[in-house]
Parts: sequence; C-alpha cells; structure tokens
Amino acid sequence: MSIAIADHVRDIPRSGIRDFFEVVQSMGDVISLGIGEPDFATPWHIREAAIYSLEKGRTGYTSNLGLPRLRRSISEYVKSHFGVSYEPLSEVLVSVGVSEAIDIALRALLNPGDEVLYHEPCYVSYAPSIVLARGVARAIATRSEDRFVLRAADVEKAITPRTKILMLNFPTNPTGATMPPDELEKIAALCVRHNLVVMTDEIYSELTYDRADHPSIAALPGMKERTVLLHGVSKAFAMTGWRIGFACAPEELIEAMMRIHQYAILCAPIMSQEAAIEALDRGESSMLKMRQEYELRRNYIVQGFNAMGLECFKPQGAFYVFPKITGTGLTSRDFSLRLLREKKVAVVPGGAFGPSGEGHVRCSYATGLDQIKIAIERIGEFCAELRDGDAA
Amino acid sequence: MPGSMEALIDLLQKNALTPREDIARMLDLTVAQVEAEIARLEREGVILGYQTIINREKWDTDVVTAVIEVKVTPEREGGFDRIASRIAKFEEVQTCYLMSGGYDLLIVVEAKNLRAIAGFVAEKLSTIEAVQATATHFRLKTYKENGAFHHFEQAAERLAVSP
Repeated sequence: MSIAIADHVRDIPRSGIRDFFEVVQSMGDVISLGIGEPDFATPWHIREAAIYSLEKGRTGYTSNLGLPRLRRSISEYVKSHFGVSYEPLSEVLVSVGVSEAIDIALRALLNPGDEVLYHEPCYVSYAPSIVLARGVARAIATRSEDRFVLRAADVEKAITPRTKILMLNFPTNPTGATMPPDELEKIAALCVRHNLVVMTDEIYSELTYDRADHPSIAALPGMKERTVLLHGVSKAFAMTGWRIGFACAPEELIEAMMRIHQYAILCAPIMSQEAAIEALDRGESSMLKMRQEYELRRNYIVQGFNAMGLECFKPQGAFYVFPKITGTGLTSRDFSLRLLREKKVAVVPGGAFGPSGEGHVRCSYATGLDQIKIAIERIGEFCAELRDGDAA
Repeated sequence: MPGSMEALIDLLQKNALTPREDIARMLDLTVAQVEAEIARLEREGVILGYQTIINREKWDTDVVTAVIEVKVTPEREGGFDRIASRIAKFEEVQTCYLMSGGYDLLIVVEAKNLRAIAGFVAEKLSTIEAVQATATHFRLKTYKENGAFHHFEQAAERLAVSP
C-alpha cells in the first residue's frame, strides 16, 4: 500500500539547503562556509551551570510556559536590550528554539487563507511554516543594491484585505541585512494603519557591528500590543543545540500559543532552560568576545570577496555575507556545486533562500579565520579560472 | 582608529604572529597603518615583547618552576617598589607581582632543578634584609597558561551545511 501524505505537506518542497548538504556530506575534506551556527562551543560558565543543575537532579518537566525564573530573566533581558517590558508570568513563553515559536504563533493566529507577508531572501522555514499553518505565504523581494532593506512602500503594495501578519527578520539570515530606524518606523505605522500583527524574529539582534544599535519594532509606539517578539539564546550565546527560544507577546496570544505548545511539546528541556538563565543573566561578556571575533572576520571576508571581484556589501548584522556572483555567468546553484567539486569549498546557493536570493551565495563567517582564509583563496582561484575559461 | 587599537592589541595578544595583511583586513586598515601602529606601541613601551607558549608535556626542558610567596617589610621611602625590583632582577625570577592578602610579593621562579631553587631561596631571597618569610610551592603540571590550554578539548563535530 502507498501511504497518502496530506496534500499541503506533500507539496512543500525540500529545503534547498538540505539537498546541498547531502552533496557536501558525500565529499570529504571540505572547507565549509555553509554553516548557520556559531563555531564557538557554548561558553564554559553556561555549560557548567547546566551540569550543576543536572547534579542537583533537576530533570523533570517545567511549567508549560517555561521555568518562572527563566521567564523573569527573559523579561529583564528583553527590557534592557530591546527596551520593551513584558510581564514575565503571562507575556513570555519559552519554546524549543525560535522555530517552534514561529510555528505555534502562526498556528495560533491564522485562519485558512489568511495571508502572511515576509521579506525575501529569508530563512528557509518561513514559507513552509506559513503553509503548514494553512496560511498563504506572500514574499516581498528585497534588493541587493538596496542592501536588502525592507521598504515600507513595497510592504504597502503587498497588503491585501486578507493580510494578517508581517514577518520580519533583522538582522537577516542569509543577507546580514539590518534596518535603518526610519524605515522601520514607516513599516510600524503601516502595520498600525492596516491592523497587522508583526512577528519579528530577532535571533541575531546581539550580533550587530560597527557599534550599530539593534532597533526592535516592538519598542516603537503602538507596536507592543500587535507584535510577537521572537528571540533565543542560540546565536548570541553559541547555544544552537540547546534549543531554547522564546516569544514575548500580549497575554491572549501567549495563552493561545501555550495551548498548542502544551499538547505538541509540553515544555522545553529543563537543563537547557537552566543553561539559558545563566546565559541571559551572566553571558554578556562571553557574547561580546564572540561578537568582536565575528566583526573582525566579517571585515576580512568582505574585503576578500571585493578584492576578487565579487561585489559584496558589508552587512551590519548576523554572521553571513551574501556576495553577488552574477558576473560569473553561473546560477547560484551551479556556482556552488562547481565550487564544491572543483575547490572543495561549500557555500549555500542564494536561490535556496527564495528567488530574490538568486545571483548570490551565502557565506557564513561563523568559522575560524584560518578556514576563512583558505576558502577565500580557493574561491579567488575558482573565479580567476572561470574568467580565464571565458577568455579562452 | 581608536576602537581598532584595542582590537589590534587583542589580536597580537592572541597570536603575535598573525600576518600583518590579515590584521589589516580584519581591522579595515592598510598594512602600512598596521605596521606603523605596532611600531608605535613598541616604541612607547605598550608592547614589551613577544613570547612563545610551550607545551611542557611535549617539551620537557628539565626546568623546575616554583611559585614563592614572599612577606617583606616595606621601606619608609621606597614602599614595596624598590624591594620588589631588587627581587625581580634576579634572572631566575620570571614573574613578580605585588599582592593583596596574606603575603606581599608573589614570584615565579625557574631553575634547572629543585636544589637550584632551594639555593636561590636560601642564599639570595631570604638573605635580603626586608624579606621576613617565604613559602615555596612547586609546579607539578600545567593545564592552562596565558589563556592557552595544554590539554586541548577535541573540537565537536559540526554539520557541514546548516540553515
């Protein structure tokens, strides 16, 4: 017998990253700029806090919303970093990574056919998560010549009577884009005017460079009551495997999200929650050290790409650069596959992040400078060989 | 520039051999600017020197290291400084700190064997008039030195491509 998979699941394409990952897996000895997670191990004091909690035998379920202690830490952290106050016991939910929080927020908000706007190129899970929640995903293209900033004018054009949610992710995976505060204000005003809910995934908010502050849309006037602020410890504190994210939102929405979360997940793992308390309360200096390192690598890699003739703007956030490869005449997929086969360097084709990512590749600098150096050298050789090939 | 000076010193402290071209790229400066800045730091005595961190497990040079706590009587005019510099000038002394707490100076001494260190303490250190008492501890094993681990953690395996 063949098992009939639900239509809306069957129709979801596999992640372009996953496809590519399988090719990389089949080869040995590859230098990878394809990794979307910090190369640092979780700072020791955070790991040590988790070990301590295990020693104490704290191994049970927690409240569905998460440990009250952790929610208090989240509330204080969000207040000091984002400038928005949330009631720890009713407006905060601890999730299994931001990914789960996105899923349950969408499921809690969408009726079939409701439209969700998101900017593209973007993280690979947004469109599928919307579709799985029976919503209609509407991408708004951002442009490389505009440093992938989301323009209020483009948002306005995409709004229809069925639009319910605007999803934001700044700093952006895969482009590293950040938002100028004045443009963010215009978008906030649009959301108020059209009564949209904003889901803002600010997982990279600590990783901003050039001493730029991270503006959160939740802090703008009239926004807190219509915003789901999504954040977590994965990127800032190098804790991807711990799977701790959180959502801050108005009480009635947190309550609705909790109803899904309690039946699907029950609660995030307690040892990870204990570690997250340590990270949020005392992780600042570890985070700053890692950020400093990322910033130096960013400068290095941006210079490297521009020097070899691949135009690369200098992003102010996350740990990705998104150089343009259209000059090589290859699609992002062909470029990445050939680079992998010929030079054993893995980058992610920009097309994996939506059609507007085409013509670019995503390179993560969350990898050691020694590796980045070799990668840049090899990509330089690859581009030179492509040019020579054309000339011949 | 001013912010990048901190970053420059950081980089040199982590690895003084980092190629100047790499430093320039990381700090968004030219190589000439980096070289000029390093020269200035050396000239002004901000950078005193460059050293190598040796893994003693792999390169055992038959050197004995002792940490010695020293109680001294400060002098009416020189305080601790003069007596500290007198002690620090012995070539056996690698490091010398003024400490708060139960004793005054903490010195790290290297010599070729135990007897040599005993000789240094008995004949040189203790005979200085201002020195009241000493307590000598020998190093058995090094786990971490100047921020570098001597037993390295195995790097965990990472996925080659992830979202």
